Amino acid sequence: MSEITPDKVEAHGFTPEEYDRVLDALGREPNLLELGIFSVMWSEHCSYKSSRFHLKKLPTEAPWVICGPGENAGVIDIGEGPDGRKLAAIFKMESHNHPSYIEPYQGAATGVGGILRDVFTMGARPVANLNALRFGRPDHPKMKHLVQGVVAGIGGYGNCVGVPTVGGETNFDPAYDGNIIVNAMTVGVADQDRIFYSAATGVGNPIVYVGSKTGRDGIHGATMASADFGDDIEEKRPTVQVGDPFVEKLLIEACLELMATDAIVAIQDMGAAGLTSSSVEMATGGKTGIRLDMNQVPCREEGMTPYEMMLSESQERMLMVLKPGREAEAEAIFRKWELDFAVIGEVTDTQRMELVFGGETVCDIPLGPLAEKAPEYERPYLSREDYGIWANVEPLGALPEVTDIGADLLKLMASPALASRRWISQQYDSQVGADTLQTGGDAAVVRVHGTRKALAMTTDCTPRYCYADPYEGGKQAIAEAYRNLCAVGANPLAVTNCLNFGNPQRPEIMAQFVGCLQGMGDACRALDFPIVSGNVSLYNESKATGGGSAILPTPAIGGVGIIEDHAGVMTMGFKADGEEILVVGRKCAGSTAELGQSVWLREVAGAKAGSPPSVDLGHERKAGEFIRSLIDNRRVTAVHDVSDGGLIVTVAEMALAGGIGAALEAGAISAGKAYFAEDQGVYAITVPRGTGDTVISIAAGAGLVCEKLGTTGGDAITLAGRPEGADTIRCSVSLSDLREAHQRFFRDWMDS
Amino acid sequence: MKLRIHVSRKPGVLDPEGRAVHHALEGLGFQGIEDVRIGRMVELEVADNTSDAAIEEMCRKLLANTVIENYRIEKVA
Amino acid sequence: MSFSAAVITFPGSNCDRDMAVALETVTGHAPLRIWHGDADLPERLDLIALPGGFSYGDYLRSGALAARSPVLKAVSSAAARGVPVLGVCNGFQVLTESGLLPGALMRNESMHFICRDMPLRVENAESSFTNGFVTGQEITIPVAHHDGNFFANEETLDRLEGEGRVAFRYLDSCNGSRRDIAGILNAGGNVLGMMPHPERAVDAAHGGTDGRILFESMLNALAPA
Repeated sequence: MSEITPDKVEAHGFTPEEYDRVLDALGREPNLLELGIFSVMWSEHCSYKSSRFHLKKLPTEAPWVICGPGENAGVIDIGEGPDGRKLAAIFKMESHNHPSYIEPYQGAATGVGGILRDVFTMGARPVANLNALRFGRPDHPKMKHLVQGVVAGIGGYGNCVGVPTVGGETNFDPAYDGNIIVNAMTVGVADQDRIFYSAATGVGNPIVYVGSKTGRDGIHGATMASADFGDDIEEKRPTVQVGDPFVEKLLIEACLELMATDAIVAIQDMGAAGLTSSSVEMATGGKTGIRLDMNQVPCREEGMTPYEMMLSESQERMLMVLKPGREAEAEAIFRKWELDFAVIGEVTDTQRMELVFGGETVCDIPLGPLAEKAPEYERPYLSREDYGIWANVEPLGALPEVTDIGADLLKLMASPALASRRWISQQYDSQVGADTLQTGGDAAVVRVHGTRKALAMTTDCTPRYCYADPYEGGKQAIAEAYRNLCAVGANPLAVTNCLNFGNPQRPEIMAQFVGCLQGMGDACRALDFPIVSGNVSLYNESKATGGGSAILPTPAIGGVGIIEDHAGVMTMGFKADGEEILVVGRKCAGSTAELGQSVWLREVAGAKAGSPPSVDLGHERKAGEFIRSLIDNRRVTAVHDVSDGGLIVTVAEMALAGGIGAALEAGAISAGKAYFAEDQGVYAITVPRGTGDTVISIAAGAGLVCEKLGTTGGDAITLAGRPEGADTIRCSVSLSDLREAHQRFFRDWMDS
Repeated sequence: MKLRIHVSRKPGVLDPEGRAVHHALEGLGFQGIEDVRIGRMVELEVADNTSDAAIEEMCRKLLANTVIENYRIEKVA
Repeated sequence: MSFSAAVITFPGSNCDRDMAVALETVTGHAPLRIWHGDADLPERLDLIALPGGFSYGDYLRSGALAARSPVLKAVSSAAARGVPVLGVCNGFQVLTESGLLPGALMRNESMHFICRDMPLRVENAESSFTNGFVTGQEITIPVAHHDGNFFANEETLDRLEGEGRVAFRYLDSCNGSRRDIAGILNAGGNVLGMMPHPERAVDAAHGGTDGRILFESMLNALAPA
């Protein structure tokens, strides 16, 4: 009688057509273990079956890219250290959305653990963590608990392993009420001649398991279909993995110690898909084969089956191929760090995955067909026009007049969208490593240890723009990351992405995915800012918010740039009284055209209407290069880009960061609300008194608009004089009121 | 009425704290330790007429994280 | 003049490198790096530093498991001989757990980890760790901890105050510590435990260099009078 019933096929997530492909790949009916392995490898998570077709179109190359997508993380060249060592930055961002909704502390913590392993498995010492978080509306009954748990989990794990959490972003929108987004990013630094890849080579080489023991963690619901579980199934099969940052810290040190020798042939972390994906990917990448003795796998519990071992998602584990005869040396290092170490198999030349248990072969899968027969879908998607009809974004329409800019500014600074995130950032150790040079600015900056260089990094995405216009939203996410890196004086090098979307089987969701990717691709090409690693998270939908609602399209971007001499790092705070404030990239008067989808529109006018601001990629690049040249030539004293909330919020943030106010020249203002427009490719800068005209003329030479906005000083943000033809507009808001408004939201929410 | 609520990790859920303490006890030379699991104990003083259902609810809603933890209610007096 | 320091690494220490870099930056001499399993320390040492981090994951109680590791016996006997011992953050927790300093460090009153620059007042500028400061000087050194809430009974607190053994006090609300105590000395004045991280304030790029004075004080203390 067949072990594989239609129920079991379905429980493993296969459609009947996909199961036919399994039969074809294997040439016979699988056993339950083999079915489980196929289900893991052909899952959306491992196979990218809905997204691969479109991902292939993204630009991934540049002369400084050492390794693009496909390995555990992306690798870029960051030049030489003082001793002539060639250095590389290795980084990636990954999602842990669903586990974080179920159990926010452990879900977020294990998300951080997983992305750290992706980076140090390639030979890098992790030097910085960032994150991109999206929560539902703050008054949702679960949301405070989710925010507290996620923040504590990120801190609990990152602080313990000793990697500073230096940046990130947090948004709130009702679309995430039933499905929060937790994306974690790690950046590491390695020697270019000590980068490790995953391809298992060398027939007969030992395969070694290190780290924690394997338990029954996170074996998916699919496996409930498997036999022989009693009523204690819930107890036996916790679906939430628990992270152990202490073991992770030991694993980092032990791996880096072994990597300093030449004993390792290949190494791969056991990620979400555990021993299955790590072993399959290593053998497939090496065009070899693999034989594992399942009796040798270190297990946490009695009586674990090969099925459970292969599908377990236990944390803090790695798989390595060693050079022959180096086992003892490697074992001594792992024993010193009190970690498990076991030789569990060997590399073969069979191009098959063979698993042996109790002396019998319990799995025998040809690796070629496992990879080649994997499904790939070109799922249908709505045209841009049809998507617009479906998304049903109202035109901008008539807007209320703004007479008191200061009053609206205070409202915005106190809103969840723009409120100070200090409550969050103080719970992260942002300084361990003693190389953190800036947090809380446009981009975080971390010194490359022992050098003059520094890495700048940022996470960015504006989901409300992506919803209203996926193509422009995708462009904007890349452009904003580029802009934030330029604003601290960094040369933008490459990005990682984490593509969070709803159900790809819905054509409107697929239209979001395709549109965002097209926008991102165009922006990356125009800005020479390739994508070197990433992750896709689909099916982010929940019935909790009513009617199978999807999240906003959230293609989170992690950008990395290099600063050659960290003495030149730029910050956003005003530095002194009497300096000139200039706007680069638009006229001070601005226009009200770019108020569509703005924070002001939502918070003050109560609308989510209009098109998002458009991004002119040629302008973006020109403005970014101009800002960097001003920083390099020491012509500016502060830089901050215009983003959520518009120009006036940019000025307010610069004032708060420096503790110095500003008097804005009123003459140029045509309409108060233009100060809240979220024009793209715009920066506010300060220059020493008397140098503004020079900078304006340099800008003109570069083909950029640059105008004087006002002067720093005092302890308030005011309008100096009466605006011509707009005599009802006023602004007068003290820094202390501004600071109080900025701090209020999280304090009141968390203390209530 | 005095209650003691004993909260512990569910069997099969990794207990990193127990593992570390296990190692440390062995490091101090204690032998024959099979396993160490760490939990916490919450003492409650509640009105005598508090229903069992209410106590259960306190455990489920707050005192234990039932995603990863079990609890046991002990009535002391 | 050479300055011979040792930095102890426990499994889970994560500020050991930062401490070693700070010591080398200020003293010009790279410290020895000692593994927690080592039972012996060199006879002649000018400083033993217990760094920050999460030794043994801070499981059971912060610092509790590290305080029972083999090297702590050697640290205790060195301290008894008068060798200066500096415990920062987790190192301070190890010192209270091992009994080299009185009191205990409990979970922060807010229940949250806190990482920020913290204004402090130097209460004792006479010790071998603080002679470069002036008593009453206000300085800024970052804190980053979850369990920094210093507790001791009133009698012990009075004794610490009376004997001038409070080295640093927080000037801003931090973690709920009794009498805002941020760092204390032992009776002999050769063991200092403090929650703030001086090794994160030695270089202009850190945004402040008040921590550097602490390391310079130790060099001063060694210099022939």
